Amino acid sequence: MAGSTLASVMTDDGLWIDARRRLLGNRAAVAAAVLVLLLVLAALLGPLVSPYELDQVDWTLSPLTSPPSLDNGHWFGTDSNGRDLFVRVWAGTQVSLLVALLATAVSVVIGVAWGATAGYLGGRVDGWMMRVVDVLYALPYMFFVIILTVVFGRSLWLIFLAIGAVGWLTMARIVRGQALALRQREFVAAAVTLGLPAHRIIARHIVPNVLGTVVVYATLTVPQVILFESFLSFLGLGVQEPLTSLGRLVAEGALEMETAPWQLLAPSAVLAALLLALNFLGDGLRDALDPRQG
Amino acid sequence: MLGYALRRLLGVIPTFLLIVAAAFFLMRAAPGGPFDAEQTLPPEIEANLQAAYGLDQPVTVQFGRYLAGLAHGDLGPSFRMKDFTVAELIGRGLPVTFGIGAAALLLALAVGIPLGLLAGLKQNGWADHAVMSIALAGIAIPNFVVAPVLALLFGLYLGWLPVAGWEAGSLRHMVLPVVTLALPLVAYLARLTRGSLLEVLQSPFIRTARAKGLDPDVILRRHALKPTLLPVVSFLGPAAAALLTGSLVVEQVFGLPGVGRYFVQGAVNRDYTLVMGMVVFYASLILALNLLVDLVYGWLDPRIRHD
Amino acid sequence: MGCVTPSIRGRADVANDALLAIRDLSVEFATPRGVVRAVRDVSLEVRRGECLAIVGESGSGKSQLLLGSFGLLAARGSARGSARFAGEELLGSDQAPLRAVRGTRVAMVFQDPMNSLTPHLTIGRQLAEVVLDRRLLDPQQARARSIEVLRAVRMPEPEARVRQYPHELSGGQRQRAAIAMALMTNPDLLVADEPTTALDVTVQAQVIDVLREARDGGLSLVLITHDLGVVAGIADRVAVMYAGRIVELAPVRELFASPAHPYTAALLASVPRLDTPVAARLASIEGQPPRPGEERPGCAFAPRCPGAFERCGAVAPQLRHDGARSVACHAPLADSGAAS
Repeated sequence: MAGSTLASVMTDDGLWIDARRRLLGNRAAVAAAVLVLLLVLAALLGPLVSPYELDQVDWTLSPLTSPPSLDNGHWFGTDSNGRDLFVRVWAGTQVSLLVALLATAVSVVIGVAWGATAGYLGGRVDGWMMRVVDVLYALPYMFFVIILTVVFGRSLWLIFLAIGAVGWLTMARIVRGQALALRQREFVAAAVTLGLPAHRIIARHIVPNVLGTVVVYATLTVPQVILFESFLSFLGLGVQEPLTSLGRLVAEGALEMETAPWQLLAPSAVLAALLLALNFLGDGLRDALDPRQG
Repeated sequence: MLGYALRRLLGVIPTFLLIVAAAFFLMRAAPGGPFDAEQTLPPEIEANLQAAYGLDQPVTVQFGRYLAGLAHGDLGPSFRMKDFTVAELIGRGLPVTFGIGAAALLLALAVGIPLGLLAGLKQNGWADHAVMSIALAGIAIPNFVVAPVLALLFGLYLGWLPVAGWEAGSLRHMVLPVVTLALPLVAYLARLTRGSLLEVLQSPFIRTARAKGLDPDVILRRHALKPTLLPVVSFLGPAAAALLTGSLVVEQVFGLPGVGRYFVQGAVNRDYTLVMGMVVFYASLILALNLLVDLVYGWLDPRIRHD
Repeated sequence: MGCVTPSIRGRADVANDALLAIRDLSVEFATPRGVVRAVRDVSLEVRRGECLAIVGESGSGKSQLLLGSFGLLAARGSARGSARFAGEELLGSDQAPLRAVRGTRVAMVFQDPMNSLTPHLTIGRQLAEVVLDRRLLDPQQARARSIEVLRAVRMPEPEARVRQYPHELSGGQRQRAAIAMALMTNPDLLVADEPTTALDVTVQAQVIDVLREARDGGLSLVLITHDLGVVAGIADRVAVMYAGRIVELAPVRELFASPAHPYTAALLASVPRLDTPVAARLASIEGQPPRPGEERPGCAFAPRCPGAFERCGAVAPQLRHDGARSVACHAPLADSGAAS
């Protein structure tokens, strides 16, 4: 069967085994991975564990904003409206993570499609496609996203798209590089000889073989996306009420920091921890895969 | 070198026009007009307002007029801040933004590059790990987290520096914003310099220098330093863009009357001309800086200089 | 050429006539997969005024042998054993004296002329930097000397060259500039590591001519190469290396005429000759050389050797000396005169 001879060629086994060994040996990366898992668990379970609801105002407090305490169950304290911060922080984390995953998915889809096509087709088409990437790369995305939010309002979908549009450039470049290399290999030549159309070759043979690298770089994209979304939310252009995200919470906290510093510190700590851990993990993944040790 | 410069210059123009066009037509594509947020106006008045702002003309004509205005440095009036033109607002905010930005860049270069060199020379030693970990933290943690926390720490608790605000010529008010703005850049420069140094040290010509029995300090200074710093020069373009983006947050948090704060306010208030004008301004600035960096790079690398 | 540094040529008190004496040298690299031994207990001498060629495939350790002797290994490498230059031990010595030797009495030329010269310094600057740093000459003298050595390596327009950058020169010119740079301090020994590999055949001949002239002028030369054709034109003695060890050592004529080690014979047979019939297949050695780090008992060449027998797979042959020839083989080729 033609299919079996063209069965997806797994990338060099030795490479992956080495990579895993390097990764597990990197203590910082392992610790980071554990931290990420803990934070995700906390985000999912936190709101369930607390006695309070997301928007519930605790009228028993006076003033409405109060510092963290163990007795009244407000483990992170409350915000200016009397809402429990513990629940809000973890709910916000959920939103940040959700946006990150969806937007990363968007950027992966666009990036892989663009890069695989450019790399496989090569020549002038590749030249033009990558020129587009270069030009877009030079632009500070921030400004365009801000225009978009001004123009189209602040819907959540827009945010996914806009943020996804940020990450695809790097992904496209990397995938294109891999596709260029894969092009030379025998199973691609075989597919061409069999008369398979380009889009099928790309879908069936190029894409599956770049997936490994894509996973690594997707992991690196996630913190970028979280950062981007938080940034927008911080400026007031991102997630809107009744949803909240870590960026919004930090912004709200910053306003009150002189009188109620816990409002700033709780979401800041969670956001910083999440981003740090993801970055260390991504760094570790990339080092593990790239044998060029300094 | 001249050919190189001209080619770069010509490359910039289409990109610039593309950006302006994209911003312009995006704005015009917005659902509803700029006046929708106000109370509903009687049709005649609305028509007059449209005419006054030139909004009754076909879109392409409007674009042409906008471009013509650009050539004269006229970015149009602000829709929300009725007494000001966009150009005026930019003019007011520019010294502040520029001052903070330039100071941050210099600080980052002065701290980041030596740290990177240190880490590279003591590769895999404790200094290397320490610098790289801190650098990663600097890159990972967003400036809008760092800024308020620093303000809290140094402003409120320690009382050394003012928490926010701006007084012309006051150095104390500059410290926190400049440091916050510089931090991610320091981190990035340290990592970049270290990586670049390590790569250069593997080069064949460094091996030749070692084989000649040259002093290690001499090898570093005379042979390794310049190639190591070339990527840093290239990085200055994106660095400038990052500084501009960072200034949005820093000006917001510290209440600085700079260009960034106007921009954010314009975005929140849906002040179309202001936002558009800012985008055009930022884009030209970044393109100009990138062009400048390219030219400096070309001049530094003798291979390109002789082109 | 003029006298820049006092040369030891003609010094009667140098024992043994051996300019460079390597004894039991081993070079190892620490990799994540374990220790890789690139050079295994090699002993070798380079005599005054001779050209010694070291021949072997990539990975045979021929470069690492010399790099290790002079302290030029990459970060993860380490060298054990002894390497004496003019009687002074090089291994384990303090940095500064070792660097002095490297700078003035021993010079090295490397394989990659495109990248072996610093791109942002002029040729003149690079040529003169050692003599200027060590205050051997003043700037004027240094400049004059630079032009003199460039002329000696037959560089066209030497006065113009000193002000040019490496990228303005062709590959062959860069290599000659590198040789000129090596000759600046009138060294006693020149080590050339694959100096012609990256060059065109015609340019190769020019570079070899330059090296030969230098050798004729009294310079001792170590030529590291995998190209036997180059060896024939210039070497006095040849050492053949395989998998980190020397397998044969002989004067050049005798090596070519009657090789003792099966590997040497196979190498010689695989060099295409003009008088080989066109239709004949190119001879090649079956199999692959061992990967760096691969350890096996017995002779490393045994798996590929047509004459291998039981002992070859069990016991590693020692290098045995017989007059001017040495061979490490349990069954050296019969007509070589170096029977076991």
